[in-house]
Amino acid sequence: MHMHDEETIARLLRDLPRPPEAWIRAAQELPAARVALDDLVERALADAELRRTVLADIQAALRQEGVEPDRRSAAALRARLSDL
Amino acid sequence: MAGARSLSDSQLVARCRDGDAEAWNEVVERFSRYVYAITQRGFQLSGADAEDVFQEVFARTYERLGDLRDDAALRPWLAQTTRRLSIDSLRRGGREQATESLPEPVDDAWIARLDEALSVHQAMDELPDQCQDVLDRFFCRDESYRVIGADLEIPAGTIASRISRCLARMREMLGKETGAEPVR
Repeated sequence: MHMHDEETIARLLRDLPRPPEAWIRAAQELPAARVALDDLVERALADAELRRTVLADIQAALRQEGVEPDRRSAAALRARLSDL
Repeated sequence: MAGARSLSDSQLVARCRDGDAEAWNEVVERFSRYVYAITQRGFQLSGADAEDVFQEVFARTYERLGDLRDDAALRPWLAQTTRRLSIDSLRRGGREQATESLPEPVDDAWIARLDEALSVHQAMDELPDQCQDVLDRFFCRDESYRVIGADLEIPAGTIASRISRCLARMREMLGKETGAEPVR
């Protein structure tokens, strides 16, 4: 790293604003969400009624599994269940 | 989180592979600004597109940690993945023509500057908490003296001098780390 004066340090700090907290939290929860989704898909694979219920209200199903029902997770779940 | 914060990138990757949730949280914390800067400042993606790329980058990172040839290469891997997904996002949005006509903003020199910014940011972790807080608020969150003063319960008139002291301290610290001669 180069040696910087205060002005350069300030400029470099400005180059990296913090993203919204919700984005960070969602990314941190990815592993847990993945486990929850895998489990739900596995159960839905064995239970057609559950599959219908989940597809009828994806948001509610995700909430029930403890996963924040954002656009991404809803689309991922819908795609996986539609493939079954 | 103090434990994971002190780990190198390669140590973090190794711990993530072992399913260490704290290590994964730190990977996201450490590189979230970096990925965000590439999507928003580099490619100027809209809010929703930037968020999609941001989440996809971390999803792919998590999936492919096992495929990294060099654990220490996490940062360049993230940069490359973010660039590629940002370009895909622009193309999906029908802005391919526009991107082709624009000068490439995210070239290697731009990424190198961002790498440097990230290193400076990480060095900030070594500062006392009150310095980290005031520098982050002023430079990264763009908060005014008045807002910072109100939140930290210190007179707004003293914020500028505190920022100046903290920057000087950081400069001194970075100088010690690099062994470089100060720029006067």
